[in-house]
Amino acid sequence: MADERGRPSSAGMSISGQQAEWQARAERAGRGARWAAISLLAAIGSGIGLLILYVQGGQTQLEGILIFMAFGSVALALGLWVRLVIGPDEVIEPRHRMASTEQQRGAFSAVYEDAVDEVVDGGRRRVLLRLLGAAAATLGLAVAFPLRSLGPGPAAELFRTAWRPGSRLVDQDGNPIRLADVAIDQAVTVFPEDAPRSADSQAFLIGTRPDAIVLDELKEPTAQGTVCYSKICTHAGCPVGLYRAQAGELLCPCHQSTFDVNRGAAVKSGPAGRPLPQLPITVDDEGFLVALGDFNEPVGPSFWNMTRDVADE
Amino acid sequence: MSTPDTTRTRPDDGARMEALARWLDDRLRLAEGSRVYLRKAFPAHWSFLFGEVALFSLVVLLFTGTFLALFYVPDTRLVAYDGPYAPLQGREISAAFDSVMRLSFEVRAGLLMRQIHHWAALVFVVAIVVHMLRVFFTGSFRRPRELNWVIGVALLLLAFGAGFTGYSLPDDLLSGTGLRIGYSALLSAPFVGPLMGFIALGGEFPGTDVLGRLHIMHVMLIPAGLVGLVGLHLAILVRQKHTQKPSPKATNDNVVGEPLFPNQAMVSLSLFLFTIAVLSLVGGLFEINPVWLYGPYEPFQVFAPAQPDWYMGWLEGLLRLWPAWEFTILGVTIPSVFIPAVLVPGGIFTTVFAWPWIDRRWITKDDGEHHLSQRPRDVPVRTGIGVGGVTLLLVIFVAGANDVIASDLAIGLQATTNVLRVLVFVLPVMFGWMAYRLARWLKGDNTSPSGADDPGIGGAAAQAPTEAGSSSS
Repeated sequence: MADERGRPSSAGMSISGQQAEWQARAERAGRGARWAAISLLAAIGSGIGLLILYVQGGQTQLEGILIFMAFGSVALALGLWVRLVIGPDEVIEPRHRMASTEQQRGAFSAVYEDAVDEVVDGGRRRVLLRLLGAAAATLGLAVAFPLRSLGPGPAAELFRTAWRPGSRLVDQDGNPIRLADVAIDQAVTVFPEDAPRSADSQAFLIGTRPDAIVLDELKEPTAQGTVCYSKICTHAGCPVGLYRAQAGELLCPCHQSTFDVNRGAAVKSGPAGRPLPQLPITVDDEGFLVALGDFNEPVGPSFWNMTRDVADE
Repeated sequence: MSTPDTTRTRPDDGARMEALARWLDDRLRLAEGSRVYLRKAFPAHWSFLFGEVALFSLVVLLFTGTFLALFYVPDTRLVAYDGPYAPLQGREISAAFDSVMRLSFEVRAGLLMRQIHHWAALVFVVAIVVHMLRVFFTGSFRRPRELNWVIGVALLLLAFGAGFTGYSLPDDLLSGTGLRIGYSALLSAPFVGPLMGFIALGGEFPGTDVLGRLHIMHVMLIPAGLVGLVGLHLAILVRQKHTQKPSPKATNDNVVGEPLFPNQAMVSLSLFLFTIAVLSLVGGLFEINPVWLYGPYEPFQVFAPAQPDWYMGWLEGLLRLWPAWEFTILGVTIPSVFIPAVLVPGGIFTTVFAWPWIDRRWITKDDGEHHLSQRPRDVPVRTGIGVGGVTLLLVIFVAGANDVIASDLAIGLQATTNVLRVLVFVLPVMFGWMAYRLARWLKGDNTSPSGADDPGIGGAAAQAPTEAGSSSS
């Protein structure tokens, strides 16, 4: 690698011009060195300040400022040093095509092919090489198998939740809910009594307005107009967190799908592809709300094989 | 330059250094090969520094991340919070969230480390993306640098992975929501989706193993991949040498630049320290991811408006813009998130990976070896497509905040979404075409795309893609 030094040339300049340039350069270097020294002193000061601050108990904002000053000062000093004191420099290196020459390639293949020829014994042992390949593939497959240990198969979990016929509806603190407790326009997050705070069983219990609800469009029974839908958005699985009583709609705050609570949680707008599954509910002898069974469909986002017969499981 | 100060070093210091160098060289024969590297030429241009900023951010991430890992507990088991943050005292929270609370409130400089780490992650991805744009618009991915382009795109994917896994670790309300959406995207993969989701989480969402797995991904597997690929990226860079802007001196057959030692080494070191300085300042002054305000994750809670870290914004925007198309054909359901969360991002990344070959096959039709960077105007079609692509990503990025825009502008959410659905087609075409025309005009080629009017001025300028001819000095 050639190493031509191509410093800014001063050829063709008058003697006094050269002297003036030299002088300017020396002055610039002196100025740079002075400021670099001041910066380094500032860095030392900030470093000591940081140490004291830490020992005193620390303070996040001041720590940030002092680290900035410490590292920033050294950065500045180095910048001044290289730009003003050392000054610009230039190297020109030759560059060759990336490819080796045909001769070099030929020499490599000759050696390589000789070696391969020895390995397969002049072609008579080529089958050994193939067997080695097959063995490697088999072992690779065997080594990949433990990955399967990482989790159970999905089996039926995606098709069912913890709701059972007769499960009482409880709130997030485990208190069972009476039909009489649910006011019109009220929405309560509920769980099955034996699976409190369960992620896939979460549901929204909503007191709908008698003049708004269209019972014919509901797929499952309600308790006198009080409906219960899965709280997991059928789009990307966020909790459908917002009930807008005025519009009678549930809104998912993640991607803004809205569901019509008066019409079986049908999608009103947004990117969700299907209604929220509905939980069949009724009132038991003591006035508490209970489920008649599981949701009418798999909860949460859809998946490719979700429409197969759940009864097969 | 040779200031007299250099001789002031005490002679025994120099002698000791030399003795150490001799000791090493006796054993490793370093002098022979290292001499050329001391004077290795580094072409200098400010736009070449973004890759370095990415590298330095990664170093900051590794150091702050190691500190955080010494305190973090990847465990979802519940503990009662008894730390100094009053609103949560007595509340049952996961051990993971508890350890992040401890880092934020009790470990000295812990909050600073957390915030520097998060800001560094954001800057890391910004720097990678800007670096990629530089390489794209200057044609620096052309032969022989296709491999380094592919490695670079893989690094961007790993950076996304690192961001996503890290974001999910604190087990706060926002992170759990992001994880839920990621799991839903996985679930939508054809047929194997549920199995992949269950294997990833060790069961149905949320499961109990998920934090441990994300933790190992975040602190071991992904960093190993990042460090390994960065090493490969740099080794290839050294092997192939840097591209440079054409000039009377700089040609396709040489490298003109500052020597590695001392000039470039000092500039890079300065930039490294400056990166640390700025990240520390931002991390100290600007609160980020205040998990104590979000509270611990509960699968049935969520808050609005919820936005992910910026580099996930385009995926979020796709999910919000894509219409509610869900079909069940022959007993098979195609979930509504499959296209926006799997197919479209997959297609975009496949195109980006394959760009050097697309560019060669259909745009430049040039398979030559190139070491000079082009100007964007030199290849108007590429520049037009690039600007169009960036515009598309920006529009869907903006769409990731459609709820915030709708409420800020006091227009309906549905109207906002519909306007964005139109813009997502109109703006990329418009800006892409404008960039294309601008490039052709700058090049001095006034013919319309069809070539009908204006025969063009200056036949020589019209051939600008041949690099040596295009330097205008």
